[in-house]
Amino acid sequence: MVNEIIKAEQLKKYFPVQKSFLEQLLTRKPSYVKAVDNVSFSIKKGEIFTLAGESGCGKTTTGRLIVRLLKPTSGEIHFNDEDITKFKGEKLRLLRRKMQIIFQDPYASLSPRMKLGDAVGHPLEIHELAEGEEKKKMVLDVLHKVGLTPPEQFVSLFPHQLSGGQRQRAALARSIVLKPEFIVADEPVSMIDVSLRTTIIDLMLDLRKELELTYLFITHDLAVAKYISDRIAIMYLGKIIEMGSKESLFLNPLHPYTQALLSAIPVPNPERKRKMIELSGEVPSAINVPSGCRFHPRCPLARFECIRKEPELVEVERDHSVSCLLYWNR
Amino acid sequence: MPLLEISSLAVDYRTSRGTVHAVEDVSFSLEKGETLGLAGESGSGKSTLGLSIMRLVPYPGIIAKGRIKIDEKDVLELSDENMRSIRGRKVAYVFQDPMISLNPVKRISAHFTQLIITHEPKTKKEEAYGRARDILKKLGILPERINDYPHQFSGGMRQRIMIGLAIALNPDLVIADEPTTALDVIVQAKILDLLESLRKIYGMALVLISHDVSILLERCDKIIVMYAGHMVEYANSTELYKNPKHPYTQGLLKSIPNIELVDQKLSAIPGSPPNMLHPLKGCHFLPRCAYANEKCSVKEPPLVDMGNNHFVRCFLDEEGANGE
Repeated sequence: MVNEIIKAEQLKKYFPVQKSFLEQLLTRKPSYVKAVDNVSFSIKKGEIFTLAGESGCGKTTTGRLIVRLLKPTSGEIHFNDEDITKFKGEKLRLLRRKMQIIFQDPYASLSPRMKLGDAVGHPLEIHELAEGEEKKKMVLDVLHKVGLTPPEQFVSLFPHQLSGGQRQRAALARSIVLKPEFIVADEPVSMIDVSLRTTIIDLMLDLRKELELTYLFITHDLAVAKYISDRIAIMYLGKIIEMGSKESLFLNPLHPYTQALLSAIPVPNPERKRKMIELSGEVPSAINVPSGCRFHPRCPLARFECIRKEPELVEVERDHSVSCLLYWNR
Repeated sequence: MPLLEISSLAVDYRTSRGTVHAVEDVSFSLEKGETLGLAGESGSGKSTLGLSIMRLVPYPGIIAKGRIKIDEKDVLELSDENMRSIRGRKVAYVFQDPMISLNPVKRISAHFTQLIITHEPKTKKEEAYGRARDILKKLGILPERINDYPHQFSGGMRQRIMIGLAIALNPDLVIADEPTTALDVIVQAKILDLLESLRKIYGMALVLISHDVSILLERCDKIIVMYAGHMVEYANSTELYKNPKHPYTQGLLKSIPNIELVDQKLSAIPGSPPNMLHPLKGCHFLPRCAYANEKCSVKEPPLVDMGNNHFVRCFLDEEGANGE
């Protein structure tokens, strides 16, 4: 199918745990942090797909695997129906023109020694797409697009002369200067002041229309996810536990974890007293993942079979899948 | 008699590049058992305001003007010695980052016993230890873990320990500065529930400082909205939610997503936060305000009493014409 721009199949990323010499002698088996553990999803062209979850659930690692900043332990990534999992060298470089990433911290992702014009124009040089006057024109054009106006003034500024919101705009400009088809946005607004968040989100939505972009949006903030996304996947301990259209997921959350997560989000209304679903304990370590369903030690609805049997992600209604034994035998 | 009374407080940071008026002309009072929210963006002066109550404004900050009274006692006139007896016992502070606020080489038990014995020298070590165990139980942490080190706890548990240290001496007022900003939503909700239940048990007042207006609307009786060091609006939370007067508050409320609403339209506040080193002459919000007129650029608007304990710093309301 052509209209799937990204397809991830059974992606896994295990990071080996560094052990001391003594531990190496005493234990044979190497241990791993299972950051991403068998994740499959696909993103349609033009859509905003969100990976959401708490810190440590593997959402950022998944994003980095997709743009090939990390090498998957196993699994496949398809981009426009082409298997890009094993791309190397020149092929990978050319691929990067089409897929870009924006990072969370705009203070760390822009070089403090590079003027904005140089930073935004740099990708054009690396890919030998434009130089001189032509490059300058393209940089001005893209700065204008992200709302850094007048662009002639901004090209000669250093990052420290910009506010957080302006820096994130600059990072966006740098990512779209190559005219990519697909952008991974990793928590692009979580470090930005509340009053400016909406402007950045709206800018991203405008650019999607104008440049026909597809986004993989990564966030821990479900209220933001609800505002921006078309489809959402909720991750827990390296796995997608629920995935569906925004409407079905928010109106009818199926997984007990999703239900608890949604109930914990503060609602900006003093008269609304929400009831929180209590979860016992905290997220276990990704090194010793619980047996069976990995959520069972904290699940208020856990049954005996949950300890032994690992549920798969199955579609229970149109465009809504859940990985929970409660819905399995229906 | 209010527990805390602040009148025309001003805090300056005198830097080599000029003076920053971090807090200017702030007045409010807080009764026993009340919860007050301080809302604002980074740099709005909300943390400085919180720290000034404890007289802990860091160098080069100084309290330039105003009065801070706790239980009728003027905090600014106390000697350092007497001030120490207020910190911890009357007023306690919960900092944002529990990792840098706990001593990494000391056991949790040492944190508690040192605190208790310093402030109550007559207490025996065993007694302090026992009290610490009781507090851990209330926080939902196994008392057996009292001899663990800070790094052995998760972020949420460390923040609970910080809260435990704050309430250890049974203060009348707890100031919590972004206590949940570094935490995930589920842990955040648990910490806020814990603060609320402890507040009820001990009958203490709470000042909650946060950039997240959703939390404040949900958890506080009254809210102060700060912008560029000024209190721009002050009202009880229901009133603020239903009837925001200041254009900044209105913009803020329109820019926060609510997961309970279907097809919510968010609108942003244009422009960016002000440079505090070069303040404007008139209203600080002027460049971002949709309703600004000539008057706003000439002088700073005064705090206008709207009745019903609702105050707003804007000319629009002084004239009775609200910009809605």
